[in-house]
Amino acid sequence: MKAPSFAYAKPASLAEALELLARPGAKVLAGGQSLIPSLNMRLSSPELLVDITGLQGLSEIKASNGAVRIGALVTHAQLEQSPEVKKHLPLLAQAVPHVAHTAIRNRGTLGGSLALADPAAEYPAVAVALEAVFEITSKTSIRRVDAANFFKGLFETDLKAGELLTAVEFPVAKPADRSVFVELARRNGDYAIVGLAAHNDRFVFLGAGDRPVQFSFKSNLEEAKANLKAILKPPADLYNTSATKLHLAGVLLERAWNTR
Amino acid sequence: MEHALDITLTVNGTRVQHRVEPREHLIDFLREKLGLTGSHVGCEHGVCGACTLRVDGQIVRGCLMLAVQANGCRVDTVEGLSDSKELAKLQKAFHEKNALQCGFCTPGMLLAAQDLVLKNKKFTREEIRQHISGNYCRCTGYQAIVDAIEEVVNG
Repeated sequence: MKAPSFAYAKPASLAEALELLARPGAKVLAGGQSLIPSLNMRLSSPELLVDITGLQGLSEIKASNGAVRIGALVTHAQLEQSPEVKKHLPLLAQAVPHVAHTAIRNRGTLGGSLALADPAAEYPAVAVALEAVFEITSKTSIRRVDAANFFKGLFETDLKAGELLTAVEFPVAKPADRSVFVELARRNGDYAIVGLAAHNDRFVFLGAGDRPVQFSFKSNLEEAKANLKAILKPPADLYNTSATKLHLAGVLLERAWNTR
Repeated sequence: MEHALDITLTVNGTRVQHRVEPREHLIDFLREKLGLTGSHVGCEHGVCGACTLRVDGQIVRGCLMLAVQANGCRVDTVEGLSDSKELAKLQKAFHEKNALQCGFCTPGMLLAAQDLVLKNKKFTREEIRQHISGNYCRCTGYQAIVDAIEEVVNG
């Protein structure tokens, strides 16, 4: 289908962008790889799209003081090719190739994926597993929110009207840290049926709830699996029942456990 | 045309100026305003890859980009890359290996495959399959397409 009618603006400065975003019916357009399909399917009908891709300083990956700061406009392709991500954020580096396909990775952004908060997407789970900190900018302030407190529900985040996610800070992995990202999808690049971002004792599932679902398992695998079965209640999707997803979550837990 | 904007872009080497509605997709703009119907429109939500284009040297989904977003960009389509002979080797291999039947996916498939060719290194069949996993073909079963791409990238 074709998108409904809307106005379009491409501000050159953050201040101008925030001004435009304060207008009723305004929505952020970054890479557009989730927003444009939803417009095409008429699931979304904004009055104004504010294209933030002209803003300076949001497309950089910088490592300093034990953290890697990634601008909201950094694309999946940039993450995939970044030596800093490969060196300091092995969990994120493992997750990126699972995000859609090359043509989509060339345009889709880290900030867009996180701000959308699709529960089946890779980055929200990775951000929670790595205890990333989100930088949120508004006209009057810049505030920082922990990943675990950012995701509030199905496509729901802590972002308020007039706020923009501008960067994410990931702590640099230490030599002793163990990171594993695994997911199961029907085809390469599809949304995961269920996935798992594991970092040391922290296991964060995607596609298993209305937001990333976090566990801390310190005991042995059998206990962890029993625990998972008792607590995780994954929602069924078009093709998989809740029981199937729960089983697959157990499979991933075992795979991650044995490769950590 | 209440929200219409003027855009200037370079399409297959030619500077083009047009007034477009923000809701117009790049792929529809190319097909309907410029008559470049080589790139196809399939699913219109980024799943099938039939509309794959090259924007500023990178492959993208033509249905997931608005024409207004291409303002100031360099856009290459299957027509331009055929005329410049950039796709000649792949086209010959697709022909010889019978890598198309109805041909609907072929323009997008060629653009995706050329992205690998430009990397100038060897790829396994599995890597080729992974790279074209965003391009659906409902006729061939992919085997012949992988054969054709493999012949070009691996010589």
